[in-house]
Amino acid sequence: MMIQETLLTPSPSPSDLLRYLASHPAPSAIARNLWLIPAVPIVASGLIALLKQPRRKPASALAIGSLSFSLLFSLMAFVHVVAGWVRGSVVREVVNLTWFQFGSARVDLGWVLDPLAAIMLVMVSFVGLLIFIYSVGYMADDENYTRFFCFMSLFAGAMLGVVISNSMLLLFMCWEIVGLTSYLLIGFWYQKPAAAAAARKAFITTRVGDIFFLLGIVWLFSQTGTLLLYNHGAGSLEGLALANLLGAHGGLGLTAAGAIGLLIFAGAVGKSGQLPLHVWLPDAMEGPTPVSALIHAATMVAAGVFLIARVYPLMQIGTAPGGTTASLTVVAWVGTATAVFAALIAIAQNDIKRILAYSTVSQLGYMMAGLGLGGVAVGIFHLITHAFFKALLFLGAGSVIHGCHDEQDIRKMGGLRADMPLTFAAYAVGMLALCGFPIFFSGFWSKDGILEAAQHSTAIKGPFYLLVFGALLTASYMTRQVCYVFFGYWRGHGSAHESPRVMTLPLAILAFLALVLGFVGTPAWPWFQAFLENRAARFDLHAFVQPGLGMLMLSSSLIVFLGLGLGWRLYGNQSPQPEAPDALEQSAPWLWTPLRDRLYVDEFYRATFIALYLWLARVADWFDRRIWGGIVAGVAWLFGLWAQLNRLLDVYWVDGSFDKTCEELSNSGGLLARVQDGRVQDYLRILAVAVIALAGILIWSSRP
Amino acid sequence: MTAFPSPLVGYLLVAAALFAIGLAGALVRRNAIMVLIGIELMLNSANLNLIAFWRFGLHPQALTGMMFAIFSIAVAAAEAAVGLGLVISIYRHTGTTELDKVNRLKG
Repeated sequence: MMIQETLLTPSPSPSDLLRYLASHPAPSAIARNLWLIPAVPIVASGLIALLKQPRRKPASALAIGSLSFSLLFSLMAFVHVVAGWVRGSVVREVVNLTWFQFGSARVDLGWVLDPLAAIMLVMVSFVGLLIFIYSVGYMADDENYTRFFCFMSLFAGAMLGVVISNSMLLLFMCWEIVGLTSYLLIGFWYQKPAAAAAARKAFITTRVGDIFFLLGIVWLFSQTGTLLLYNHGAGSLEGLALANLLGAHGGLGLTAAGAIGLLIFAGAVGKSGQLPLHVWLPDAMEGPTPVSALIHAATMVAAGVFLIARVYPLMQIGTAPGGTTASLTVVAWVGTATAVFAALIAIAQNDIKRILAYSTVSQLGYMMAGLGLGGVAVGIFHLITHAFFKALLFLGAGSVIHGCHDEQDIRKMGGLRADMPLTFAAYAVGMLALCGFPIFFSGFWSKDGILEAAQHSTAIKGPFYLLVFGALLTASYMTRQVCYVFFGYWRGHGSAHESPRVMTLPLAILAFLALVLGFVGTPAWPWFQAFLENRAARFDLHAFVQPGLGMLMLSSSLIVFLGLGLGWRLYGNQSPQPEAPDALEQSAPWLWTPLRDRLYVDEFYRATFIALYLWLARVADWFDRRIWGGIVAGVAWLFGLWAQLNRLLDVYWVDGSFDKTCEELSNSGGLLARVQDGRVQDYLRILAVAVIALAGILIWSSRP
Repeated sequence: MTAFPSPLVGYLLVAAALFAIGLAGALVRRNAIMVLIGIELMLNSANLNLIAFWRFGLHPQALTGMMFAIFSIAVAAAEAAVGLGLVISIYRHTGTTELDKVNRLKG
């Protein structure tokens, strides 16, 4: 890189360099070495890949050890950023380097340490580490244990890479590695056809969004001339470039900033399972449960929300006071629609993990709505609290599945409260946090933040009521699930058992955090929001008695209680037989059937896009067989005719006098025919030897 | 011959090693997919050569080497798609991807 710069660009004079250094203080040691956080797990994954299959202990030790390092380093980076914030000094440090250069355009990579990155780093590495530890227990009997930890480690490393990226290109690369590893992990049990299909579905569906994302990146690059997000005023998310983007036209009445924002949002829609592209996420439950927890809680789906938060200046630019932008309006509405849509479907599912999957889709909708309506802090706060309680719920579900001998149908469980007390306690905490049970659970504070933002948004009305309705649904479907699984009496086969300590310990830690994490972002002490927005946080209990806020908290609590009560009234302690129709099915079958069939989105895609593809494939096949194949066959027939003619000539004209010669020739030919043994690799080998011989001759003859 | 700057030698050595590894893989492996991977490696070593000769050659300002490499990467992507398609159809026909067992060309 150094050579390249001295070759291609005029070298800066010493005075330029001094001025540069004076205006941009050198990044701290922590920021300079930040790349180690993703690099170490990725290297560990490479090392695990080299291990032999039966080397189980070293594989998990490497994965856990590397992620522990990442967690420690992330914590140091977090403390560093917090310390800087408290001092009121630098909160965004960037390290950039040029990868390569063509003409005058440069392809830059780099990483950034700011409050958003610091919070995400700690969350991803912490939740990831707990899931790794849990996997040691969950995957203990799996024969592909080392392969599992290899993929998991790569997954975690790539996600950490997404978080620290300061370059659209680096972000996209890590984003794609996340996509690849999610494919590998969802299809981890690829012998199961359902798992292989789910993996393919996830990969292809997210690819649809990624195409738009890539277009957005290319457009951004061509418009601003840089791939860097922050670069001391010259990055694409900073003043000059944004003003330029706002001035340029993006078609359809949008500014270039709006159009690029929408394209990038399409990428986030794919990754975060937002409305038209949510179909892959529930199917992704075919992977092992720790994978579901990692994908649906800490990492992959969070990547989309994080991406919007990362490019927020781009989404926000051009906002009039009290108004909003086209791209943020779309984000808010898509998020809201997803939140309600998925919550509706979750009511009528019977697979324990599928319910959680739809609930994740719904909560991701809340996060997007929070981003669109309230800003980075609102959305990211819900992302963080959700990461903890959703990881808790998934790991709890894994524990239940493990204890029920791989049974996933909640109708065949029941009464597990007594058999699995630790899992029940942890699951209950996670469930109440997800429902947003008032005061004591983290979900309440983060969800209330979103509702408050929705209520106060003057530009976009409407989402508020839908989001409140979604909260009601959330409380009822979670109550339904908990009633089915933990209350009533046991309806499965055999007997359930509590999971080993290595699995329950992460549950306990996550449960504790699902309880306390909300208190860093309450209206009275908005530490989290202040940290993200880089302003001072004050402790002020009077915030609660503001007229609007108190009412909102009270009414959202009422909604939650209503939802819990509704769920309990329908499902509490009833223990229906697995074959019996659901309580809701009995009272409202017209509502139940479409919800159970997931509102026919999959069927719609099958009838439209997939049908179109199959039709195209059939057309191509027909062309191959009839047209191209026909031409080939016709030519072959002509040659056959020609050969027949020749044969006649041969037999009757060029008579047998040659036969003897031919025999001799064929004998010697037989010798040569042995070379043609039909093995492609042997041909290649002859080719290679010939090339080496030629190279030898060439070198020998070119000697002076 | 022009005396090239020394970094070029390093790149060429890496490319040569990559080529040798790819060739060995393509010759030794029995699995068609592994052979394809070996061929990919050889292609990439050629790309590395293109880039290195361009970068440390006489006219690094002209983007010839990079254009060459990007072109050949695009061709390699198409080739991989075709190659894998062939492997799949061979597998459907013969039920195996072991190259030793696919010897219908034998004379």
